[in-house]
Amino acid sequence: MSAFNAIGDDREIDRDEYTPGLEPQPTWCPGCGDFGVLKALKQALPEVGRTPDETLVCTGIGCSGKLNSYLDTYGFHTIHGRSLPVARAAKLANPGVEVIAAGGDGDGYGIGGNHFMHTARENHDMTYIVFNNEIFGLTKGQTSPTSPKGHKSKTQPSGSAKSPIRPLSLSLTSGASYVARTAAVNPNQAKEIIAEAIEHDGFAHIDFLTQCPTWNKDAKQYVPYVDIQDSDDYDHDVTDRREAAEMMHETEDLLYEGTVLTGRYYVDEDRPSYQEEKQAIGEMPEEPLAERYFDDSYEWERSADLLERHK
Amino acid sequence: MTDNELIWRIAGGSGDGIDSTSQNFAKALMRSGLNVFTHRHYPSRIRGGHTYVEIRAAEDEVKSRGDGYNCLLALGDSFARNPQENAYYGNEETKPLTENLDELREGGIIVYDAGLLDAEEEIPDFQERVEENDWHVFDIDLRGMAKEHGREVMRNTAGVGVTAALLDMDLEHIEDLMEDAMGGDILEQNLQILQDAYDHVKDEYEFEHDLRVPTGDHEEEQVLLSGSNAIAYGALDEGCRFISGYPMTPWTDVFTIMSQNLPKFGGISEQVEDEIAAAALAVGASHAGVKSMSGSSGGGFALMSEPLGLAEMTETPIVLVEAMRAGPSTGMPTKPEQGDLEHVLYSSQGDSNRVVFAPGTVAEAYDQTRMAFKMAYDYQIPAIVIFDQKLSGENTNLDASFFDREPNPDPGSVLTEEEIAEAAHDASGKFHRFQHETDNGVSPRSLPGQKGGRYLATGNEHNPPGHISEDPENRVFQMDRRMQKLESIREELNEEHDSQQTYHGPDDADYGIITWGSQQGAVEEAVDRLNDSGYSVKSVGVSDMMPYPEAEMTEFLESVDEALVVEMNATAQFRGLTQKELGLYGDKMTSLLKYNGNPFEPAEIVQGFQSQIDEGGQDLATGTRIEPAAGD
Ligand SMILES: Cc1ncc(C[n+]2csc(CCOP(=O)(O)OP(=O)(O)O)c2C)c(N)n1
Ligand code: SF4
Repeated sequence: MSAFNAIGDDREIDRDEYTPGLEPQPTWCPGCGDFGVLKALKQALPEVGRTPDETLVCTGIGCSGKLNSYLDTYGFHTIHGRSLPVARAAKLANPGVEVIAAGGDGDGYGIGGNHFMHTARENHDMTYIVFNNEIFGLTKGQTSPTSPKGHKSKTQPSGSAKSPIRPLSLSLTSGASYVARTAAVNPNQAKEIIAEAIEHDGFAHIDFLTQCPTWNKDAKQYVPYVDIQDSDDYDHDVTDRREAAEMMHETEDLLYEGTVLTGRYYVDEDRPSYQEEKQAIGEMPEEPLAERYFDDSYEWERSADLLERHK
Repeated sequence: MTDNELIWRIAGGSGDGIDSTSQNFAKALMRSGLNVFTHRHYPSRIRGGHTYVEIRAAEDEVKSRGDGYNCLLALGDSFARNPQENAYYGNEETKPLTENLDELREGGIIVYDAGLLDAEEEIPDFQERVEENDWHVFDIDLRGMAKEHGREVMRNTAGVGVTAALLDMDLEHIEDLMEDAMGGDILEQNLQILQDAYDHVKDEYEFEHDLRVPTGDHEEEQVLLSGSNAIAYGALDEGCRFISGYPMTPWTDVFTIMSQNLPKFGGISEQVEDEIAAAALAVGASHAGVKSMSGSSGGGFALMSEPLGLAEMTETPIVLVEAMRAGPSTGMPTKPEQGDLEHVLYSSQGDSNRVVFAPGTVAEAYDQTRMAFKMAYDYQIPAIVIFDQKLSGENTNLDASFFDREPNPDPGSVLTEEEIAEAAHDASGKFHRFQHETDNGVSPRSLPGQKGGRYLATGNEHNPPGHISEDPENRVFQMDRRMQKLESIREELNEEHDSQQTYHGPDDADYGIITWGSQQGAVEEAVDRLNDSGYSVKSVGVSDMMPYPEAEMTEFLESVDEALVVEMNATAQFRGLTQKELGLYGDKMTSLLKYNGNPFEPAEIVQGFQSQIDEGGQDLATGTRIEPAAGD
């Protein structure tokens, strides 16, 4: 008998199952974009048939990192910037578990930047949602890696001399096989994109624009967005790297000028996930490793078998 | 010490085949019935530089490299040549003869490659020194012999043939090992060179030296392996099936051995972007239910202090290995030191709890790695195995049957779905993962994917279902519960297992020597010598760093008049720990310290002991230092 009966449970799931009954009410400020992510995720999960017990949401530290406190799934609230290494190992250990990682722009593109690059490069089969509010929220409004050039904050009083990083382009060049941007002010698209990302077999990165009315009222991202998939002005083949790269550059420039473009930028269905690559070269078992510890009939190999070469 | 011992040193440059040649030579000696111990000295560079491996072999047990050596095989240049440019890398001043003569014992043998070295030119006073020390010199054209049947690089085979002939050693085991390692023309050529060199020496030379290969007999089949091997094998037998790491000397050895074996064992190895990720992956895999480990050396372990604290707070079991080298910072990458003890005990913020074991021998490395996993998974706490570059690379022989143990795939305090169903949940269905009321502090966990086991793991302080909480009462309960685990582990180690401390010498001795980790063997040899020359001494090699074996150490210190604490660092970190834990005996313990990059030799410990006991702690002339006792 499996030790993980929740995995693959295909019953109908009620959206409310993801909402904890008694648990803490969100500490997010009124109007915070983070509510949008929570809502979209709660809608997407039942849609793709994932039960709370088979879902693990790993977060970093920040206002964004509280996501899994308000979600009734398995959760791992890790440390600042480290949700990805924790999440991807959990996925390798038990591929049946739906693994979603989330965190802020400081968390994911700053302190965790190295992990972001490498997780995308390896194309782990998981979803990564970055709450991009162009600011450090929880530590009270310092400049973040996505704040625009010239942005003034208490720690950069003369205005930032740095240009913002380009998360979509970075993700694409690093190797993510699904890259999208959506916004809290656009709940329907957000839900659809999250559902798609979860179903995508590979590393799906969503740059999720979340407004921070408390520290970043000036952000341009409050203006109405344009869904590039719906607009006649923008037309690109999401499976074509070059076209995707061009669209991303355009989007990343326009964002700071007040035109918010959202939607799918790049979708590569053909690239094998990291897990598949590892299995293909014989460096990962077909059966979930975590199951093995509960399998009484499994014959554990011993080091004594390795001693020949030491004799 | 035994009088009848061979300590064979093969010296040359990195890339001269020193490692493989010495490995085979050591195995051949082991197969002929001897006990062996190898010591590797190498510089932090890929080619060239001064490298040697020493193999000590005797009928009796050998526990350390010994003092000095008695047979030198000086191979080529100590600096490598770049064949394309015909240029040399490195420092031409360091040559295998000059560099190695200081430690050669009186009456010893020198074999050097006359095809590459000119002793007179290299060392102006060579003849004088030879006569003074009664050395027996054999200048033989090893390179020429190698070229005759094969290629110049095969000169190490010629060297082995020559020393075998000089020592009256049978070629059989060496030939067998060559046959295992190579085939075809290469094997034929090597066998030919070996035999030629052997015959040449037997035919052309008269032996005036007394040194012969000792004889011995093993009761059962032996295996030769290093501390790093033992740690890796201990982990495998304990059901570890996930490792993540980033290379750093000397941790790389464990990482490599695991990576080469785990896939065959159905496990996963991940080389990742940095050490923060490495330890965080181990946390993630363990959280999802796989027994996992990571590790590094000083600098990399510094990066791991973040995930280490996360594992502590979320009560996720992991095992980390810390392979010490000389610090601070990148220090001396290929030289051993025991300078990271405090780093390992106290790194990471807050009142932290972890299990730390410091094995003293290859066998202990295996046992204590298994014990570290057991404690980590039963008690949901990080466990660290700390050792050093010396134990990592040295090879000793053990009975093959030592490894004939049952594997332990038990994932520890994990619930089944049936048990989860019976356990406490809050009103919204969240499982009380972090319970208050447990007697040993352990609150069993569920794994993602199990029905009904949902909870939040967080590095913030949290309540039973895992929600972030700053409630003062909950904080104290949780903190006390986590701390209780260490006390429970201490009790279990005291009551249910054999002591991991290793005692040596007569129980009723007047004096004690205390050491930890890799210095244990040298200390035990020193104790034997001291007792032979009329002193009354015993020793203890301490392995439990946290929880500290208070009762055992109190008993030991109570039983002696005075104790010498031997460790390889400049600040007496282990003596400090002992004083901190026991709060007493500060005036009973004197430190003997060494931190020049080389481990203690038994004679240095004998000398240090005599200096302290007979002369009240005169400073020593060698690389060692006495740090006087402190008042309580
Ligand atoms: C190692 C470390 N450094 C700094 C912090 C303090 N810290 C907590 S959250 C945060 C920034 C969060 O910003 P972001 O990731 O953009 O998330 P947001 O709060 O905006 O959602 C910082 C610097 C920390 N917890 N850990
Ligand atoms: S500070 Fe900003 S990001 Fe944080 S909760 Fe408030 S609005 Fe949201």
